[in-house]
Amino acid sequence: MSAKSILEADGKAILNYHLTRAPLIKPSPLPKSAVHNPPPKLATLNFPEDADIKGVLDAAEAKYPWLLTPGSKFVAKPDQLIKRRGKSGLLALNKTWSEARAWVEARAKKEQRVETVDGVLRNFLVEPFVPHPDGTEYYICIQSVREGDWIYFTHEGGVDVGDVDAKAEKLLIPVDLSQYPSNQEIAATLLKKVPKGVHNVLVDFISRLYAVYVDCQFTYLEINPLVVIPNKDATSAEVHFLDLAAKIDQTAEFECGVKWAIARSAAALGLPTSGISKDTKITVDAGPPMDFPAPFGRELSKEEAYIAEMDAKTGASLKLTILNSNGRVWTLVAGGGASVVYADAIASAGFAGELANYGEYSGAPTETQTFHYARTVLDLMLRAPQHPEGKVLFIGGGIANFTNVASTFKGVIRALRDVAPLLLEHKVQIWVRRAGPNYQEGLKNIKAVGQELQLDMHVYGPDMHVSGIVPLALNGKTSEIKEFNG
Amino acid sequence: MPSVAPVTTNGSSNGNGNGNLEPHSANDNIRRFEAPSRPLSPPSDHTLFHSKTRCFVYGLQPRAVQGMLDFDFICKRKTPSVAGIIYTFGGQFVSKMYWGTSETLLPVYESVEKAMAKHPDVDTIVNFASSRSVYTSTLDLMEFPQIRSIAIIAEGVPERRAREILHVAEKKGVTIIGPATVGGIKPGSYKIGNTGGMMDNIVASKLYRPGSVAYVSKSGGMSNELNNIIANTTDGVYEGVAIGGDRYPGTTFIDHMLRYQADPKIKILVLLGEVGGVEEYRVIEAVKSGQITKPIVAWAIGTVAGLLKTEVQFGHAGSFANSQLETAVYKNKAMSDAGFFVPDTFEELPELLGRVYQKLLKAGTVKPSAEPIVPKIPIDYAWAQELGLIRKPAAFISTISDDRGQELLYAGMPISDVFKENIGIGGVMSLLWFRRRLPDYASRFLEMVLMLTADHGPAVSGAMNTIITTRAGKDLISALVSGLLTIGSRFGGALDGAAEEFTRAYDKGLSPRDFVDTMRKENKLIPGIGHRIKSRNNPDLRVELVKEFVQKNFPSCKLLDYALAVESVTTSKKDNLILNVDGCIAVCFVDLMRNCGAFSAEEAEDYMKMGVLNGLFVLGRSIGLIAHFLDQKRLRTGLYRHPWDDITYLLPSLGGGQPGTEGRVEVSI
Repeated sequence: MSAKSILEADGKAILNYHLTRAPLIKPSPLPKSAVHNPPPKLATLNFPEDADIKGVLDAAEAKYPWLLTPGSKFVAKPDQLIKRRGKSGLLALNKTWSEARAWVEARAKKEQRVETVDGVLRNFLVEPFVPHPDGTEYYICIQSVREGDWIYFTHEGGVDVGDVDAKAEKLLIPVDLSQYPSNQEIAATLLKKVPKGVHNVLVDFISRLYAVYVDCQFTYLEINPLVVIPNKDATSAEVHFLDLAAKIDQTAEFECGVKWAIARSAAALGLPTSGISKDTKITVDAGPPMDFPAPFGRELSKEEAYIAEMDAKTGASLKLTILNSNGRVWTLVAGGGASVVYADAIASAGFAGELANYGEYSGAPTETQTFHYARTVLDLMLRAPQHPEGKVLFIGGGIANFTNVASTFKGVIRALRDVAPLLLEHKVQIWVRRAGPNYQEGLKNIKAVGQELQLDMHVYGPDMHVSGIVPLALNGKTSEIKEFNG
Repeated sequence: MPSVAPVTTNGSSNGNGNGNLEPHSANDNIRRFEAPSRPLSPPSDHTLFHSKTRCFVYGLQPRAVQGMLDFDFICKRKTPSVAGIIYTFGGQFVSKMYWGTSETLLPVYESVEKAMAKHPDVDTIVNFASSRSVYTSTLDLMEFPQIRSIAIIAEGVPERRAREILHVAEKKGVTIIGPATVGGIKPGSYKIGNTGGMMDNIVASKLYRPGSVAYVSKSGGMSNELNNIIANTTDGVYEGVAIGGDRYPGTTFIDHMLRYQADPKIKILVLLGEVGGVEEYRVIEAVKSGQITKPIVAWAIGTVAGLLKTEVQFGHAGSFANSQLETAVYKNKAMSDAGFFVPDTFEELPELLGRVYQKLLKAGTVKPSAEPIVPKIPIDYAWAQELGLIRKPAAFISTISDDRGQELLYAGMPISDVFKENIGIGGVMSLLWFRRRLPDYASRFLEMVLMLTADHGPAVSGAMNTIITTRAGKDLISALVSGLLTIGSRFGGALDGAAEEFTRAYDKGLSPRDFVDTMRKENKLIPGIGHRIKSRNNPDLRVELVKEFVQKNFPSCKLLDYALAVESVTTSKKDNLILNVDGCIAVCFVDLMRNCGAFSAEEAEDYMKMGVLNGLFVLGRSIGLIAHFLDQKRLRTGLYRHPWDDITYLLPSLGGGQPGTEGRVEVSI
């Protein structure tokens, strides 16, 4: 639960819907718009693993009939939180539908490298192309800091916006919204280099954009380019947001969930609202629940999805991210802080590339949950090919507050028992460090199992530093601290 | 809250050493605390908590409150740190807590105003409100000028709300700790909520007495490690605060570091930062500007982040680097450059801290005080039980079902298996009634009985009662129960009676004819024999069904055979003296208990004596009675009143006659 990136299509839908609806903080220079925005034209094309590419595209033509309007031109791009798509050749501009369709078809479900990350292209966005003259591409970005929200604005936007920090005009909107700047101040700070004639339109747009930012609890919102096409006598302008990246605060779901949902409902998107058929899912709000996609190239594997699902169903916290499934170093760490400390220690021991997973279990999971969690990690470790130097497993953790260490360790022990022969076959060294209530019993039990199953195991208690076993295991360091023998 | 009750003066806190002072009633063991006689002199600005700090706990968190009181007790505080509990959902008037081994009562307030007015000495609050409600409750609490600090425990407070809270707090000069924190601890003085965990941890890290090292940590979980490290390498913790893992903690490192700098009892500062945010840099500036002069041992965790190929959101909401400046590696370097003691890896921090401490010790800056005796902590009953240290006789025993584990168990069978193996209602009955799996035919027989006894029309007395009660407008349970209450030896009781009589005769070795003769001689009807309409030539199909099933499936049905022999004797006298459905079910049930192999002879006998057959009838007939209730409701029938002409009124004529005999009605039959 934190600030999370959202899809461009979702961000645009939210803006489009709420720009005319979110309450303005102070009156803008323009009168309140009499009509709301028409539904946005956002064709989202999603290609799951088992999808037939042609089928998806055909279905899209039926769902978004405007794609087939003769003479229309489109923009097609992947919508998967990829930054700088233009530079990676992932932007198809000014295409007819048949060209755009072919472009998507050639890329859908294909592996793609973006900078250093490999991922599969699965989600595309197709929108009408907005032709605009040179010099009309602006840049605006709002981001939150402790003191308030910074608005960055520059009239030189576009793909080559460059170093925004250096060249953009900045305005801090304080947390206390009664201190919101006047229209004159906004124009004077942000619009210095913009023709006077479009000031009113832009101040109005910025005010409304910021109102949405507040009302829908964004934590980051970048529009680049923001296209401002002045009318003939340069007294007013049309504003289009062509490319958008945003983060919203997932924790605000209880306040804003309804606003996020309604903006993305079929009605708001101008899609036919099919009657209540058998497959129609009942959602909590008047639209689909917010989708927080994983970063590009970080699609959840089956195991990660399984742990995430378990996590969602309990009050305990169970997290698993696979970093390198062929890595030699695996972790089974209790506690959010401790898990980071372990990852740090492994990296600083020179094993960042061999670190197989990041994850943690905490918040008093039951023995069964711990078992399933441990079992999943062990299975992943033992499924990967053997390594001549063997593998290392850290069963680590901090000093628990209330968790009965003995009972969570029961789950871990059960999982170890299940795979004991494989642990030997893969030459897995096991290093244990844990403390907290009843740790003596827990360590005693796991040590006994290690001896019984003849595992290569070392066990430490609270006199060992939380992650002190990492240099011992990976760098062959020695320590004066004795192994636990309770 | 009877706050003016006399304070117990005997040392009830040191347990049961005094034989003659042993409490006679539970009330004698309750410790009551008087309000302070005079207002405390205000603490200095840098002192957030001290050994007389009093707080409210907002939200019903008995375990946290108990933890705080236990901490107070081992720190030898005179009064508990918790003055009261604020619980706006109300309900409870006082909450009973332990004070050492005795007990004390904490007031529970529904309204914040009242609590504040009652306890003007309270200046801090531990706010356990949920992430949804913490914003409004914190703003409310800050309206009261007596409040100097609030700890917000909730995780998942929206960032905008957190910022608004901290903005208001700044204006009002309130110190906010959190959100998303466990709190903080001041050894010997005060502990926020669940900080430090179980008492074992607290004692192991010597948190019952102050040392001279103060820390600020982002992570609450890691604060336990810091307590441990500091206790192992120095004279101990003086104060520790976990500011919380969110992006916008109410107070940050700098706020507490400046306090620590100002407190002369603190000699070493420890900072445990994290990837994400830029708050560590404000401490660096303070050091550079000379505002902070005490040695700082520091580390920012999350150095791994830059070495991973993809973005990973670590445990904390705030632990995400938006720029180079926010990475842990960069922070560690900057802190080291500014003259902080920064180890190469976190694992080396204890050693480094130890070296810094030893240096100060040698220089005489730190003078460790004498170790107090390690206080004894009473162990909680539940925990002692979990560790297997104690036992006590239970007041209740249950041997049939268990709802405590992952899955509900019926006589040891997980509920998911009940469905997987499709054991049916008969299978469930056999598990719960007899604590064992019965053979499949037995389960099916039980179900058959339920089906056969489910209803017998509206005219029978049970159904009648249900119908009349329903029509009186009563609810389902009343209507059902009024029908069930008619079940007894006359209505529905034929089953029990039949089972008893047939079994007795059979076990005595009476021949069927002898049995019939004996019963006639004793002028007794044979229960289970006879039907109003049905006869040998017009057999009861229900009986045929049962007979057929039992004869086909049961390993032995001796008693049924016996009953059929009895029937052939009785029907020879009168055609309708057949074995009726009650009799048939009863004898078959006895056959089942005796011959299915699941029960010993004594067990079978026992179950019969307990009246299990009646249970079968009650269960089955409940289906029908509920049906009659629903039927009447559906028909919207009104209150039933029996017609006068259907009742014979035979009243005595009053007046006349001798006293005592007047109004006697003599009825001769």
